[in-house]
Amino acid sequence: MDKQTKGVLFDPLFNNNPIALQVLGICSALAVTTKLETALVMSIALTVVLSCSNVTISLIRNYIPNSIRIIVQLTVIASLVIITDQVLKAFVYDVSKQLSVFVGLIITNCIVMGRAEAYAMANKPGISFLDGIGNGLGYSMVLLGIGFFRELFGSGKVFGVEIMSTTNDGGWYFTNGLMLMPPSAFFLIGIMIWILRTAKPAQIEKE
Amino acid sequence: MARDSTGYTVGFAALVCVICGIGVAGAAVALKPRQEENKILDQQKQVLYVAGLLKPGQEASPAEVKALFEKNIRPEVIDLKTGTPAKGVEAKGFDQQRAAKDPATSTPAPENPAKVFRLPNNALVYHVLKDGKTDMLILPIQGYGLWSVMYGYLALDDDTTTVEGITFYQHGETPGLGGEVDNPKWKAGWEGRKIYDDQGKVALTVIKGQAGPPQAAPHRIDGLSGATITSNGVTNTIQFWFGPNGFGPYLKQFSQSQGRS
Repeated sequence: MDKQTKGVLFDPLFNNNPIALQVLGICSALAVTTKLETALVMSIALTVVLSCSNVTISLIRNYIPNSIRIIVQLTVIASLVIITDQVLKAFVYDVSKQLSVFVGLIITNCIVMGRAEAYAMANKPGISFLDGIGNGLGYSMVLLGIGFFRELFGSGKVFGVEIMSTTNDGGWYFTNGLMLMPPSAFFLIGIMIWILRTAKPAQIEKE
Repeated sequence: MARDSTGYTVGFAALVCVICGIGVAGAAVALKPRQEENKILDQQKQVLYVAGLLKPGQEASPAEVKALFEKNIRPEVIDLKTGTPAKGVEAKGFDQQRAAKDPATSTPAPENPAKVFRLPNNALVYHVLKDGKTDMLILPIQGYGLWSVMYGYLALDDDTTTVEGITFYQHGETPGLGGEVDNPKWKAGWEGRKIYDDQGKVALTVIKGQAGPPQAAPHRIDGLSGATITSNGVTNTIQFWFGPNGFGPYLKQFSQSQGRS
């Protein structure tokens, strides 16, 4: 793998994370991270949509009229999201029931359009695909990290498997209700950005 | 033609619309039979869970679910107002949620704390059979919790007042708080409680704190800690669906047909 490919694929993990640095896609990071299972499916769905939309947009980038480029991107993304939603409903019904509206909301996830506009419009399909995968991974990493802490401290479980037995089930762990509320995701994302920017001072914005 | 001319732009937009439209419509049509099947299967599974024919957490293959369902369950469409069997409505393919939305097959509900806005004319109930006779009734219930409408089933003994089980198969309550309506331990606490008191009034209430054993507190259910509004929502749901606007008339008819009154 040459250096450029590697950069495109792995930079979004730490150096240019879509959530932590670009601060995109925060809303879904709050909504689907109370449980790891939903966070995982959401991550996969987003990565698929993101890489497909990047390839599609990149393929037609030289034909899109400039004046309607945003709406064309949005149409492509929306179609891909609907198809993904239909596939989920047909093959993993239980999970799609839990995700309910959030898959549909991938359409409004700024990461997808952000990458289409910023990257796929100017690059070849192959490398755009990798950019989609890379950013999808960056997003997934944050989602799974937050989901892990929220599920562990909020319901004493990891992937639905009991780790700490909760008082509701007659155990010892008194669950932290705040972890199950959206604000806790804000705190966790904040802490994560803090740690990341302490480790990599280059990411700190200039005053 | 230049890429920014009006003609090209309009043409391009039209082309994108057509292609995306074909893609979306194609996926929807191609996957529809599978989705419908999933939906029916899911419903049957929920009925089997609440009937105790599948243990909590037990997984079953689609074929097993179908076999169990066909062997033990008899669906019946009833007229909600009179409580008699509905005429001319097949249980197969009857969708109560859809029926409740369609003005042709539903009426506005009287104002109620469970926030049920429309009542379907017909409802789909399930008989759990034992030796060919009804051993248990499974009734669909729905009501508003904190964030969402909670859809569920309640399994009732053939004495029409003793609860055999409950499940909520669709809701959007906070996981860990109101979402604990899914907790098997909490659901187990419903078994043996009575819906009606001696005067025939709906008495079952979700209280705050622990309810104790069913013999001592037949009309009480453990509260969900940290989820008072969801708990109240469950109480309201029970109050509504077992009252005169819900399954009251049907249960009366049913116990008469059983030779009790």
